[in-house]
Amino acid sequence: MTIGWPILSAVIFLPLLGAAFILAIRGEDEIAIRNARYVALWTTLITFLLSLVIWIEFDQTTHVFQFEEKRAWLGGAINYRVGVDGISMLFVILTTFLMPLCVLASWTAVQSRVKEYMVAFLVLETLMVGVFCALDLVVFYLFFEGGLIPMFLIIGVWGGQRRVYASFKFFLYTLLGSVLMLLAIMAMYWEVGTTDIPTLLAYKFPAEMQPWLWFAFLASFAVKMPMWPVHTWLPDAHVEAPTAGSVVLAAVLLKMGGYGFLRFSIPMFPLASEQFAPLIFLLSVVAIIYTSLVALAQEDVKKLIAYSSVAHMGFVTMGLFTLTTQGLEGGIFQMLSHGIVSAALFLCVGVIYDRMHTRQIDAYGGLVNRMPLYAFCFMVFTMANVGLPGTSGFVGEFLTLVGAFRVNTWVAFFATTGVILSAAYALWLYRRVIFGRLEKPELKGITDLEPREVLVMAPLVVLTILFGFYPAPLLDVMAVSVQNLIKNYEAALAAAQQATFAMAR
Amino acid sequence: MYYAIVFLPLAGALIAGFFGRLIGARASEVITSAFLVLAAVLSWLAFFQVGLGGQDARIEIFRWVTSGELQVSWALRIDTLTAVMLVVVNSISSLVHIYSIGYMSHDPHRPRFFAYLSLFTFAMLMLVTSDNFLQMFFGWEGVGLMSYLLIGFWYQKPEANAAAIKAFVVNRVGDFGFALGIFAIFYIFGAIQFDTVFAAAPDQVGKTFKFLNWEVDVLTAICLLLFMGAMGKSAQFLLHTWLPDAMEGPTPVSALIHAATMVTAGVFMVARLSPLFEFSPTALGVVTFVGATTAFFAATVGLVQNDIKRVVAYSTCSQLGYMFVAIGVGAYAAGIFHLFTHAFFKALLFLGSGSVIHALHDEQDMRHMGGLRKVLPYTWIAMLVGTLALTGFPFLAGYYSKDAIIEAAFVAQSGVSSYAFVLTVFAALLTSFYSWRLMFMTFHGKNRSEPEVFKKAHESPLIILIPLALLVVGSICAGFLFKDMFIDKGYEAFWRTSLFTLPSNNIIHDLHDVPDMVKFSPAIMMATGFLVALLFYKITPAAPANLADAFRPIYLFLLNKWYFDELYDAIFTKPAMRIGRFLWKKGDGATIDGLGPDGVATRVLDVTRGMIRLQSGYVYHYAFAMLIGVALLATYFMFAPGASQ
Repeated sequence: MTIGWPILSAVIFLPLLGAAFILAIRGEDEIAIRNARYVALWTTLITFLLSLVIWIEFDQTTHVFQFEEKRAWLGGAINYRVGVDGISMLFVILTTFLMPLCVLASWTAVQSRVKEYMVAFLVLETLMVGVFCALDLVVFYLFFEGGLIPMFLIIGVWGGQRRVYASFKFFLYTLLGSVLMLLAIMAMYWEVGTTDIPTLLAYKFPAEMQPWLWFAFLASFAVKMPMWPVHTWLPDAHVEAPTAGSVVLAAVLLKMGGYGFLRFSIPMFPLASEQFAPLIFLLSVVAIIYTSLVALAQEDVKKLIAYSSVAHMGFVTMGLFTLTTQGLEGGIFQMLSHGIVSAALFLCVGVIYDRMHTRQIDAYGGLVNRMPLYAFCFMVFTMANVGLPGTSGFVGEFLTLVGAFRVNTWVAFFATTGVILSAAYALWLYRRVIFGRLEKPELKGITDLEPREVLVMAPLVVLTILFGFYPAPLLDVMAVSVQNLIKNYEAALAAAQQATFAMAR
Repeated sequence: MYYAIVFLPLAGALIAGFFGRLIGARASEVITSAFLVLAAVLSWLAFFQVGLGGQDARIEIFRWVTSGELQVSWALRIDTLTAVMLVVVNSISSLVHIYSIGYMSHDPHRPRFFAYLSLFTFAMLMLVTSDNFLQMFFGWEGVGLMSYLLIGFWYQKPEANAAAIKAFVVNRVGDFGFALGIFAIFYIFGAIQFDTVFAAAPDQVGKTFKFLNWEVDVLTAICLLLFMGAMGKSAQFLLHTWLPDAMEGPTPVSALIHAATMVTAGVFMVARLSPLFEFSPTALGVVTFVGATTAFFAATVGLVQNDIKRVVAYSTCSQLGYMFVAIGVGAYAAGIFHLFTHAFFKALLFLGSGSVIHALHDEQDMRHMGGLRKVLPYTWIAMLVGTLALTGFPFLAGYYSKDAIIEAAFVAQSGVSSYAFVLTVFAALLTSFYSWRLMFMTFHGKNRSEPEVFKKAHESPLIILIPLALLVVGSICAGFLFKDMFIDKGYEAFWRTSLFTLPSNNIIHDLHDVPDMVKFSPAIMMATGFLVALLFYKITPAAPANLADAFRPIYLFLLNKWYFDELYDAIFTKPAMRIGRFLWKKGDGATIDGLGPDGVATRVLDVTRGMIRLQSGYVYHYAFAMLIGVALLATYFMFAPGASQ
């Protein structure tokens, strides 16, 4: 599918244009700040509407990349090439959908260096959308790693008290991952002579090379995901990040890991994927149970939700590496759904943090008495987090588990215990924050959601429930691409098997 | 019509829930109740159409989950079994709605309450009309959610909150099995539509698949996993602990959810899946065993409880056990028949208790009641009918259904069914005793409440008494009116294909010719229980205390509900928290961070400390470092040997 103009580039770089606008605004007074906010809001809104065109024009019947653009760059060896397929397209929409909400959520919460803050977010949007569109490894790498810079700034400048520690941790983890991925990219370039992703997808990497490349990519994606045991940066980063930073981190940045598996690890290194799938299963199951138990013991609202994110990402990695239709679609769906639900949960935390300036669970209690609307929203998202049927959280969880059961009943068995544990920690959190008597004197004057916050929550509530009852719009988009992924994967395995037979003969 | 039956409650819930504050409490009550009454009337119509007219229906609403060969739609499956459940759910729910208008009249959150009640009803209807396992699971978890919200309706009470969470989490333990069962079904059958699975079930007899480390029989494994869900929902032995605590919720909720409808979902599920269970004698044996054990266990605990609602709750638990016994021995119709009659008299008992509690200003402890017969004459009559129906007094509802179960257990000749027969007969004795104990302690003897409270006690208003009256009628008539259809001559014409039995399963016919000794044993037990209760609580009131003192350990054992709560707390709840804390502090904190980032970070900190002093914005350094890296990479590609290729 092509339309007459480069829509993907427009969606990718429009936020940069907005950022330039903001930078052009002179002065630091009220009016300048207000203008910066409005420019950011309008830019993200228009970007979102523009990205919807991609969805509308998207052809669901083919797995080939659509809306492709290709320009020679850097001496011809590397091309600026972008395009989307059924796997990546929805992540683009997810990103552009969440950005206006992030801007709105930061409307009053951020008071210092507003212009810079908005610029950082707009740049981040460009980079995130770029990651999902990139069809050249180097372009991908640039966007992928570049995204860290604005995120560093957001945590480091507008973060909480321990932001220094958090950004150090974030840096060390991701540095390790990206160094290895960079090495792998170089190796691939040596091997194939190009960094063009469609070409690499078609290329059959030698069997003895695959494990090395696979592990190098794993190092980067596992940190991003994050998978156990390289997850410990996430709770700290979340806790220190401002609300909108947490939202983007949980909703989009984590998805880059999963997307990386889908775009590189599985299709490019099918043999290694097959060989090491049990390792992924093990790590996923450990993540689900371990982090759910840890979540149970948390005293900080954001940390609890961060740990629950790790558990949910465990379902994703488990689903992806089952290499079954249900597992893969479930994994992608779970990522999208988690993008909505975890974003919403962090926004919920933001709402009370803005009012009370604490994230300690003990500091709250009985909020429902004064904030019924807030309690309702929080309930919807809690239930989605728990994976209640009828919310989007259920569909992904269910499908990944179905896929897992087909491959390995042990994995499904242990992963399913996650549904018990998630109910325990989520409901217990809800009870401590929302239910009970409103006894703490500081809370006596707390106010319910204001119109701006309702505006932020409402679309998330609607989508959470809509996709719970009618997930077809998302599942249909990915179906063909996922089928193709499986087909190629199985073909690669079969070919390898024949090769071994031939050798044996 | 079926759309109306299922979606009217949803519409009511949405109106009351979202516009309750706008239209006011009274309007919310009227709208939800009116919708429910309408749905109930339509359900009876459907019952006759389907049950007598034989007009089954399948209505597909829209697509739900489509993923590869997994194709699931929202759909309504209407057959006799569904029709029976529609009648039960909507009738009881509409009566509870009306009753609640009176019972909750002083509560400030009435719109929310009625929205919850209606939404619960909707979820329950989705459950009973489901045409595939996934929708059943949706309804299953949906009623679980509503039960959670309704138990915790008075969210200011810490006990209510605790009970709500407990109910949800324990149910999730059951759902863990249910979910695995669904996965297994999809794995084996490649579909989760009832019809597809049922049609393919006979081919799977005797086949095995690898589950965890064992080669297990396909159908037995699936049935047992699914039954785990049923055990959670229907509060069966080992997963029963949430039900008594659930009594923290408002009484109408207990009547609707924890007596008449939701807790019977497990029974419904097994009956619905009779085409699977019927092929697995092992699974049916387990069902019988669990049912019989629960029937007995819950009845023993019911003997000594002092909270009026908890007595009724344990009684419910015990009666659910009866239903499972019936199903386990293959008499599905008898189980559903008991479900049907039980809904009326147990709702009656709960709502009657509610009327007592209402009159005494929220007093629930029977030790502070007594002598209320004169003050609450209508409530007394209602409770009397309920008790008679429950204990199986001739020609009342329970007489037909419960006796049928005991007879079925006798007829089915196997080790487990003999066990079930003995326990259910004995439980009948206990049932009679605790029911009459409740009656005597509440309505007879001297008043033990505070004199002012007693003076102020008054009969409930009409809006409460009318639903009671209707339930009285139901408790009297539900047995003899429907006996023929459910378990006697009309059996085949009524149920048709909705319940599946193997050709060799003739239990419904056989249970009508049992020895007289068996036929009369429930009646004898009932009379004995009555007499003992009479002796203990009317003639020699000191006897129970003396007996309790004499057998103190047994008394305490029963009073503390066999110490299940303490046991679970010690082996699950506390360790989970402790492990969580340990993994957090030692696993994440000391091990992963200590060896990884923190250790490295300390070194990095040493190195960069100097740089940090130079400028405040040290974070930019990393950005800068990043850019240098990117630049180096770009340079490499531009000038690397491969670049010109």
